Amino acid sequence: MIQTDTSPKPRRNVELVLIVLALAVGVGASALVSINSDVGLDRDFWFQSSLLAVAAFAFHMVLRLRAKYADPVILPIVVALNGLGLALIHRMDGPGDDTGNNQLRWTLIAMAVSIAVIWFLKDHRILRRFTYISLAVSAFLLLLPLIPGISAGEILGARVWIRVGPMTFQPGEIAKITLAIFFAGYLSSNRDLILLAGRKIGPMQFPRFKDLGPMITAWLVSIGVLVFQRDLGSSILFFGLFIVMIYVATSRISWVVIGLLLILGGGFIASQIFSHVAFRIDSWINAFTPEVFGRSPGGSGQIVEGLFGMADGGLVGTGLGQGRPDLVPFANSDMIVALIGEELGLIGLFAVVMLYLLLFTRGFRAALGTRDAFGKLLACGLSFAIALQCFVVIGGVTRLIPLTGLTTPFLAAGGSSLLANWIIVGLLLMISNTARGPVDTTPMVGKPPASSSTPGTRKPATGQTPSAPTEAVKQQ
Amino acid sequence: MNQAIRSSWMAAVALFALIFGAISYVQVIGADDLNDNPWNQRAVLASFCNERGSIIVGGKPVAESVPGTESCAFQRKYNQPELYAGVTGYFSKFFGSTGLEQSMGETLAGNSDQLFLDRMSQMFLGNEPKGASVELTLDPEIQKLAFDLIPDGQRGSIVVTNPRTGAILAMVSKPSYDPNLIATHDRAAADANYNELNQVPGINLNQNVSGPTGNLLSPGSVFKLIDTAAALNSGKYNKDSELPNPSSLPLPGSSASLPNYAGGNCNVRETATFVFALEQSCNTPFASIALDLGQDAIRDQAQKFGFGETFGDQLKLQQAKSIFPEDLDQAQLAQSSVGQRDVKATPLQINMMTAAIANGGVQMKPNLVETVRAPDLRVISELRPEALRTSTTQPIAAQITEWMTSAVDNGIAKGAAVSGVKVAGKTGTAELGDSGLNNSWFTGFAPANDPQVAVTIVMEGVDVLSGAQLTSPNAKKIFEAVLNK
Repeated sequence: MIQTDTSPKPRRNVELVLIVLALAVGVGASALVSINSDVGLDRDFWFQSSLLAVAAFAFHMVLRLRAKYADPVILPIVVALNGLGLALIHRMDGPGDDTGNNQLRWTLIAMAVSIAVIWFLKDHRILRRFTYISLAVSAFLLLLPLIPGISAGEILGARVWIRVGPMTFQPGEIAKITLAIFFAGYLSSNRDLILLAGRKIGPMQFPRFKDLGPMITAWLVSIGVLVFQRDLGSSILFFGLFIVMIYVATSRISWVVIGLLLILGGGFIASQIFSHVAFRIDSWINAFTPEVFGRSPGGSGQIVEGLFGMADGGLVGTGLGQGRPDLVPFANSDMIVALIGEELGLIGLFAVVMLYLLLFTRGFRAALGTRDAFGKLLACGLSFAIALQCFVVIGGVTRLIPLTGLTTPFLAAGGSSLLANWIIVGLLLMISNTARGPVDTTPMVGKPPASSSTPGTRKPATGQTPSAPTEAVKQQ
Repeated sequence: MNQAIRSSWMAAVALFALIFGAISYVQVIGADDLNDNPWNQRAVLASFCNERGSIIVGGKPVAESVPGTESCAFQRKYNQPELYAGVTGYFSKFFGSTGLEQSMGETLAGNSDQLFLDRMSQMFLGNEPKGASVELTLDPEIQKLAFDLIPDGQRGSIVVTNPRTGAILAMVSKPSYDPNLIATHDRAAADANYNELNQVPGINLNQNVSGPTGNLLSPGSVFKLIDTAAALNSGKYNKDSELPNPSSLPLPGSSASLPNYAGGNCNVRETATFVFALEQSCNTPFASIALDLGQDAIRDQAQKFGFGETFGDQLKLQQAKSIFPEDLDQAQLAQSSVGQRDVKATPLQINMMTAAIANGGVQMKPNLVETVRAPDLRVISELRPEALRTSTTQPIAAQITEWMTSAVDNGIAKGAAVSGVKVAGKTGTAELGDSGLNNSWFTGFAPANDPQVAVTIVMEGVDVLSGAQLTSPNAKKIFEAVLNK
């Protein structure tokens, strides 16, 4: 491990400057939208902009108090994305539509929850105690939309929604986090067992059959989501999340190979059995044949209209508010990437994708920097989940892969997605805080002092129970 | 572990590299293909407020762009809207376009390839883009006459063509509508008008299923002209053939029977010649011909007259294909041979069949667009009549013409007779269930020895008497109006 600068620096002032820049992006976009829609910079505009700014600065202050060594780039990136998303959703709102304000409300709720997570959790390692609780919670959350009474039924072909009072919510978004916590906890405890045993075939060492248990579980969860919730996107996301985490835990490429084979096999069988998967694939391959284009539901009209919009945008875009994204179904949620491509052009969309790239790179950086296996796995899994989610969404919209119903993190309209992604940001910030901060030699809160550890020392891995602290460090 | 984290990061970056590639492809490399895709409405919508060319009839615009509001520079305006709605269609920001507004859209908007140089010069001179205008073959007087001959509240269509060239002189149907109501830029008004119009029985804003080119109707006895052509074509029958003419023909394999019209003169003879059967429009002789020749022979002949086909690339309107069903049993064939049951034809189809007989068996492509002119009035394209298909031989066409002339001179189509001119004609009365109401048809042409005009009239849902009054006598008025020009 190369260490160029060992003295920890908080860099909160850098963050403050970057947040101002990030707010300029979101508020500037919002101003353009307001001016183009002939209302001008009215009271709503100023009110909404100041709410976002206040929330961003409040978050910043919390970091100063509770996680002062946290990565200074993560929060500004997310504020920029969220602010841009608010402007774009506002831009798609017709008279009487309230999606923009609803998104702002959810943004504030999500930021508040994220702040609460940082404030009360203090240290991400505490989450490791909840490894199996997380598994139970994940199962509960994933089953919720299938329970009559709570389930909001089938919306747009997928059963992923629950209804609480007047609101709908996608519990699967939160399950993404709890599953990552479970995988991180389980793998950080059992990686040595999984690592040591196995059979070597050619250059690759394959795991023992009984160690395949968690992989089979993850596969079943993914297939279950696909079959019962009809949600191809989440299914891919959950499985990808697991593959990466087990790969990082074991450094064995064989896991990736097995995982990819399983997902390809599962995907092939699903495409043969389930019409919703077959339709997705058909509207991807045959998007430009008339019968597929005109088919409803399950046609390719949505993706083709999105492509038309992006092509119309070209290099520099039509300008915010100047395009015709109203021709694209779901332009403010599933297809928001097409809206960016159309109105902000290739340049604008590249900038947004670059922000995501920076965001997950900072997440991976935190994974590299933190000293506990649990934190490494969690940061890595969550960062990769962000990257994979972006890939599935943008790849779908650009017809690189079949379009699935995942949301674009922080941009797309939808409260559950915002909440989940802000919590992920909170976790990444906390992990980066331990990664970048001075070496923590104090005992964990509420725990008896554990064996102290310092970077660079190699300790043999000991058999750990899930509730044991995770100071055992294995650095490669 | 850290090495695996770096590898995972590289995998994620690799996924993003694919995304960057895909975005570049869609927005830059493949963008031209996507922009040119015919499903892509964006170009149309972008030029929606530009000045479109006019649609012109008899030197006057029936559809033109007039200055609009500040937000949309030009508004489409239809003059004599109800008279020409079936031809022009509408041009709407919210509902797309139909009719010539749709099929000639590229030309009217100035986007067609022929107008490329005009487009370039407009761009460099800084002039506002302007489309080409389209002049139609329609004769405004005949169009107006035909429209007025269908009483208000009566559903019906009239098609008038020149059988030698295929030029459409008049094409009207009722009920009609005002395209201005759809073309308005006021979204709420357009929505309300559209929904209201679509409620009116007989109005369907989709041309494919309405009007002279789309409305599929039982043709009744005018279909007997196809039986006659098939019979003569088979070689088993000639002009002197005696056909069985029982007052009622038991339908094979069924307890029902097919009668001749009880009130007519058919029942005075046990057998009939073609000329008698056509003059009196007896059913049983034609049913026996069809049973004798078989359904394939009838279907082939119908197809040669245009059933199951479209009418070529000069019509520029959406059209429905007329139907002679497949797999008929003998009873169904007998009924189909007299244009009942599931045989369906558009008014245009019946006119084209008639025009083919008038033109020595050669069916010309029906056409509506006479001239296309660039904004500087230069002629860009001009109509050249083209043969569409050979429907029957010249001798058979001449023979049928002779019998149709006799049907007007001596038979039940005598209401269409014009003094001093030989008129060929055939009537039809297709029963609509047991309601006592019929689709009443006349189709014919004049002069029989030198055809200049083919007229097809259909009135829907009328009783026998008013049907007779609304068809042949009206055809006479149209013949006179065209021939006296």
